Amino acid sequence: MASLSPAAFFRTALFTAACLAEFAVSPVSSAAAADVPTFEMTLKDHVFTPSEIEVPANQRFQIKLTNEDATPDEFDSHDLRVEKVVGGGQTGIIRIQPLVPGRYMFMGEYHAATARGVVTAK
Amino acid sequence: MLASFVIVFREVIEAGLVVGVVLAATRGLAHRGAYVAGGVFAGFLGACLVAAFAGAIADLFEGSGQEALNAAVLLVAVVMLIWHNAWMASHGRELARSLKSVGEEVKAGHRSLMALAIVCAVAVLREGSEVVLFLYGVAAAGQTTASGILGGGLLGIAGGAVISALLYLGLIAIPLRHLFGVLTALITLLAAGLAAQAMRFLAQGGWLNDWVTPLWDTSSVLSEESLPGRIAHILVGYASQPSASELAAYLAVIAVMLVVRWFAGQERDGHRGGMRASA
Repeated sequence: MASLSPAAFFRTALFTAACLAEFAVSPVSSAAAADVPTFEMTLKDHVFTPSEIEVPANQRFQIKLTNEDATPDEFDSHDLRVEKVVGGGQTGIIRIQPLVPGRYMFMGEYHAATARGVVTAK
Repeated sequence: MLASFVIVFREVIEAGLVVGVVLAATRGLAHRGAYVAGGVFAGFLGACLVAAFAGAIADLFEGSGQEALNAAVLLVAVVMLIWHNAWMASHGRELARSLKSVGEEVKAGHRSLMALAIVCAVAVLREGSEVVLFLYGVAAAGQTTASGILGGGLLGIAGGAVISALLYLGLIAIPLRHLFGVLTALITLLAAGLAAQAMRFLAQGGWLNDWVTPLWDTSSVLSEESLPGRIAHILVGYASQPSASELAAYLAVIAVMLVVRWFAGQERDGHRGGMRASA
């Protein structure tokens, strides 16, 4: 770091990025995923079923969303701090961090008029 | 139509504000228009590719491909912005003095422009792919209201462009002697905010399991859902409910920026001293 030219910095940064990428291909999620409660949900005709779920508070959980519509939608929730696109006919896992007790709104951003729901943490 | 305007507008300002900052930061550099336009165009092509292969991408990394892609492109943008600021620290003063420079400076300028073109490209790629997916969905569904929704989308693009242009015009109205300082600060906070966002995607992808719960909630003061909140989120990384990892990434990028700038400044001064001694 004694004489750090932008080029040298760039190499260091690339190296760091490569390390991060290495880190990324070995997710610790596989072990964690097994003991995380999973809530199944479907999106059909741009409506979530169930549209309300109750989850344990202060505990990580995940929503397994199956999009039965032909077009993609984005599971979007400012309250839950997640956004994830799930393509038409596909299934996506939405990982949610521990929540304090309360009600958390979510929506399918591309069809927000109908695709709405609530997560209640207790 | 209103709903589609809102969605497209939201995504376009996210990318557009970044492009506005980059355009202001590259004022006076030769060929900057071509670089920025090239970056935006590459980002648009990338967005179409990401949208087309959204399913395949989502399936990577045990279903966390989307999060991996988002985190990766955000971190690439952070690195490019840090590099740009380092370059500015060592060449900014000369640049301010004579906006036309020659030789090595111009070459270095091209590299800095390339870094910023990449920043534009990844901003457009990230936000653009969501717009493309949304509009594709509308078109594919063949709804009778499709034309209205597409119209709303076009208005959204125009609205986002106007906000971005206002930012650009506001920035370049700043007197030149203050402009470099303002842009350096803005790029630092922009990069810090992107790094914090990357942490959120790493958490969502399952790679980050600690320091992930919100530390506080200021959404009653400034909601990220509001337009001012959203603009603050993009430009200075405002988050109403930051987690410890997001805060740490934010502060770490600011610290790295300061250290890199200090080293780059030292090197410049050392270099100049050497030149003077040999002359």
